[in-house]
Amino acid sequence: MSTVEAPVKQRAQIKERTLRTDNWRKYPYVTFVIFTAWVAYATVRAMWGGSFYVPQYHYLTPFYSPCVNDACHAAIGAGKVGNAADFGTFLPKGMPFFIPYAALSLPFLLGFRLTCYYYRKAYYRSFWASPQACGVKEPHAKYTGETRFPLIGQNLHRYFWVIAGLISLVNTWDAINAFHGKDGGFGIGLGTLVLLANVILLWGYTLSCHSCRHVMGGRLKNFSKHPVRYWAWTQVSRLNERHGQFALITLGSLVVADFYVMLVSSGTISDLRFIN
Amino acid sequence: MTYKAKFKVWRGDEGQGELTDYTVEVNEGEVVLDILHRLQATQTPDLALRWNCKAGKCGSCSAEINGMPRLMCMTRMSTFTEDETITVTPVRTFPVIRDLVTDVSWNYQKAREVPAFDGGDVKPGEFRMMQQDVERSQEFRKCIECFLCNNVCHVVRDHEENKEAFAGPRFLMRVAELEMHPADVLDRREIAQDEFGLGMCNITKCCTEVCPEHIKITDNALIPMKERVAGKKYDPIVWLGSKLGIVKKGENTPTA
Repeated sequence: MSTVEAPVKQRAQIKERTLRTDNWRKYPYVTFVIFTAWVAYATVRAMWGGSFYVPQYHYLTPFYSPCVNDACHAAIGAGKVGNAADFGTFLPKGMPFFIPYAALSLPFLLGFRLTCYYYRKAYYRSFWASPQACGVKEPHAKYTGETRFPLIGQNLHRYFWVIAGLISLVNTWDAINAFHGKDGGFGIGLGTLVLLANVILLWGYTLSCHSCRHVMGGRLKNFSKHPVRYWAWTQVSRLNERHGQFALITLGSLVVADFYVMLVSSGTISDLRFIN
Repeated sequence: MTYKAKFKVWRGDEGQGELTDYTVEVNEGEVVLDILHRLQATQTPDLALRWNCKAGKCGSCSAEINGMPRLMCMTRMSTFTEDETITVTPVRTFPVIRDLVTDVSWNYQKAREVPAFDGGDVKPGEFRMMQQDVERSQEFRKCIECFLCNNVCHVVRDHEENKEAFAGPRFLMRVAELEMHPADVLDRREIAQDEFGLGMCNITKCCTEVCPEHIKITDNALIPMKERVAGKKYDPIVWLGSKLGIVKKGENTPTA
């Protein structure tokens, strides 16, 4: 007896990469430009080795914090010399230019942002086109996601988060230190406010992290048995909704803080003082 | 206000087909599904499309409208300009049966592979669930199984060979829901990674973008699940702790 085979079912063969008519290229292209510009700026500044400290007002840019090169003991800024090494130094003077003065923090902060769930979305879309936008065919022939080296390392995000938390404490110290007046007492200038705003935003970014949400209470099966952790999870969840915004805003605030300190330190502008 | 809209509708079967042009009347307040029904009633009675509730609750009328996965019944014509040509194609990830109707049985196969809820020794009537625990999984229970998330996910959309190893956002969300259930005694972290392909997800959030129920699939299910899997499989301190006998390893869920 002959049998009739069911027809082989195939996907609809549509040759266009996408049929989207909206401006889907905007997100990946704008993200690409912003991230590339930021990385270029941060690389130049981190390796510059100058104009990072204002001794009169104790302004230290976040790109040099904590300052662990021996050169930080005699940091020049706005025509004066001061000690920017609040946490000690372990790198000798004369290191190659690509070893930043903040060698203890910058690699971890880079790791924190690279493994961040928000940034992953952003750079997978804009740098790796995987995919560039929803419903747009990606160009890669094969895809294994985050199952293999090196991308399996994204699972270490929680450790970068812990270290980023410690570095945020250092940045908080820097911001408090910036309440320093000309005569050595209390003082507030525009730089103080810029550094303070930056550190508040950095805390917003660090505490809204998905790993933080997991540690606070997300890992629990049973919220009702852990009311305090449930409360903490609820608070972090609220912040977490804006994690992407914090991620982008802090890119801007870091550049603003660094650029302002650089301008004052190099003597290009003088700090606008409110008190002392 | 009535006008004539230009439509391109994919027509064909067994994968082969083409975009066919139509001009159809549109009235105020209508959605794309209304227009396709009018097309069916007035110009092309053999147009195949799947639909049921017309209220965004059954998940039947999934299609791609101007390239974006959407429910036809929830896409208002007022979101398009009158001179815009609207393209309607079947969802791309699943094999086409005819015109806009696709075979979504892959999803049901994946659904069957997820180990069911296991309450352990709890007897009927003994288990009490508090509101805060209910709320967490309540969000995931809003899913109407339209499979737009599984359709848009590039892991299978652009790489059909991954269909075996990847369950798609919808069923990874189901695994997460059970993993977060206070009464479920199974440890689903190992299978989430090894059998349902959580590691393939690169959290580009397209599933969240297209979900008609606005479930935060990525932030509330996939990323929390990734963090749980990281704790089980990739955390060096947990690994060291388990070697030293400080951290107790839970029983893995048996393979489906």
